[in-house]
Amino acid sequence: MKKTKDTLPPFELPKAKTGIQGLDEITGGGLPRGRPTLVCGSAGCGKTMLAAEFIVRGATAMGEPGVFMTFEESAAELSANVRSLGFDLDRLVRQKKVALDFVHIERSEIEETGEYDLEGLFIRLGHAIDTIGAKRVVLDTVEALFAGLPNHAILRAELRRLFRWLKARGVTAVITGERGGNTLTRHGLEEYVADCVILLDHRIIDQISTRRLRVVKYRGTPHGTNEYPFLIGAAGISVLPITSMRLDHKALNERVSTGIAGLDAMFGGKGVYRGSSVLVSGSPGTGKSTVAVAFLDAACRRKKRALVFCYEESASQVIRNMRSVGVDLAPWVESGRLLIHATRPTLQGLEQHLVEMHSLVKAFRPALVVVDPISNLTISNTDSSLKATLMRLIDFLKEQGITGVFTSLTADGALALADTQLGISSLMDTWLMLANFEANGERTRTIQVLKSRGMPHSNQVREFVLSRRGIELVDVYMPGDRVLTGSERVAHASRAEAASVGSGGAK
Amino acid sequence: MSTVPETKAKRKVAASAEWQLRLYVAGQTAKSVAALDNLKRLCESHLAGRYEIEVIDLLVNPTLAAGDQILAVPTLVRKFPEPIRKIIGDLSNEGKVLVGLDVQPIGKAPS
Repeated sequence: MKKTKDTLPPFELPKAKTGIQGLDEITGGGLPRGRPTLVCGSAGCGKTMLAAEFIVRGATAMGEPGVFMTFEESAAELSANVRSLGFDLDRLVRQKKVALDFVHIERSEIEETGEYDLEGLFIRLGHAIDTIGAKRVVLDTVEALFAGLPNHAILRAELRRLFRWLKARGVTAVITGERGGNTLTRHGLEEYVADCVILLDHRIIDQISTRRLRVVKYRGTPHGTNEYPFLIGAAGISVLPITSMRLDHKALNERVSTGIAGLDAMFGGKGVYRGSSVLVSGSPGTGKSTVAVAFLDAACRRKKRALVFCYEESASQVIRNMRSVGVDLAPWVESGRLLIHATRPTLQGLEQHLVEMHSLVKAFRPALVVVDPISNLTISNTDSSLKATLMRLIDFLKEQGITGVFTSLTADGALALADTQLGISSLMDTWLMLANFEANGERTRTIQVLKSRGMPHSNQVREFVLSRRGIELVDVYMPGDRVLTGSERVAHASRAEAASVGSGGAK
Repeated sequence: MSTVPETKAKRKVAASAEWQLRLYVAGQTAKSVAALDNLKRLCESHLAGRYEIEVIDLLVNPTLAAGDQILAVPTLVRKFPEPIRKIIGDLSNEGKVLVGLDVQPIGKAPS
């Protein structure tokens, strides 16, 4: 080959889209076309499901027929299992878009004597590929042969030949392998399949399981190297890439109302930026949910759709409670403008909550998303994973221009400011802090804008009241050099009034 | 051996012999030629007149590989008497083949 002096033209490795949600983004376009990819993981991590979806999506969406060679479950078992993902393998087989072959060796009925090779396997595979014109092949999991064939020397040589043969045939192959102790696969398949290796993991932390996926190796192409959570849901696998490998979402200049007139005024009368993220933090009973619901109500009044994830109250409880502050959410829910999604945070791991949020947001296409509260999601997770999760969610929402409102419970006490919130607050564009303070035998609710990026905002700590008319900010009462709140304000105001009436009378 | 139970769909070979053997090969490779030679010699010396050998070339009939779950080539399948037994390899070790087929050796006991 001649060496060119000029810079090499950018080389694009040809890739085959898997059609699996998120996986193509991580791999920058799919698996290496015409080459084998190893998918490994321990039992029950979703190898077969991933492989099956690769075949099914290929056959249905990409126009690439596929051969699924199974070594562990029979064709009937396989198609029954993947039916839970909504895949009808049998129909695809009838349409000649998919070929299934169950390869099975019963160790007890086999005796070996002398030289042999696995040409039979090649012939079967080759025949299946030729019959339907397959572009994709799955071997799930070829390691079962190690249990069936006693002569591992022959088997290894033949597997090496098989993977070379697959490459020569130009099929995009997925080979699954069981996770080994110190190696990626129990029998070291990674030695033969070196182009792309994907590791699946199923981890239980504090009794909550999360599936994760990682691209260990992908020759000749940049790829995401992190662990990505994935979910096996009713519509197949969805992998959740961190959408924010770049920070390039467009900043919107449009402003949206917070739903609280006094609060809008604190932001120069216009509310917050559309597509920004708002953190509402406060100790228990400071009115976080009510503030968040004001955002929801305002969005629905603007004839926009809004979505709220409740992790503390059921939908009907939210509706009932909000009536007490003069907000009726029921009509919005009935008209389909508001979706209240209430689940227990312990239902699944943090990442899987995130996957669920993604799919709901994608389906519902809201203009506003409220998560009430984010702090409750961390029931059994460390703060770092919460931050990562939130970052992904916020980036995802920003990309779509969706405003996000997140409530967060802080430790009691007005000064428990930044310590627990320090991590997540940096992700937020606007931070509202609610606090109660006790003085003189009463409690006063206050709200303040700790920060609001890109707009002038009030520095005052404002008193607000919750009434049947909703949240109302009380006008700042500042006689002389200090702001008065609560009964002190009322008392001072009436004293002042009396004084002014008195002085007026004296005139 | 008056009644021979038909286990599979009928094959062209008359199901009459006491020993029905099927040898799967893939083309005329050294291994398959050796396997057939070894098999014939063994049958003649131990099962003379009581056996039938059907040779299936998978290169000609690739669809037949799945039926008997053939992976390795050559594979000898004892179809009858049941149960099905499989011996993979070129059948070079006569003693092992006899054990695998569960044939009582005739004449001199193998040393």
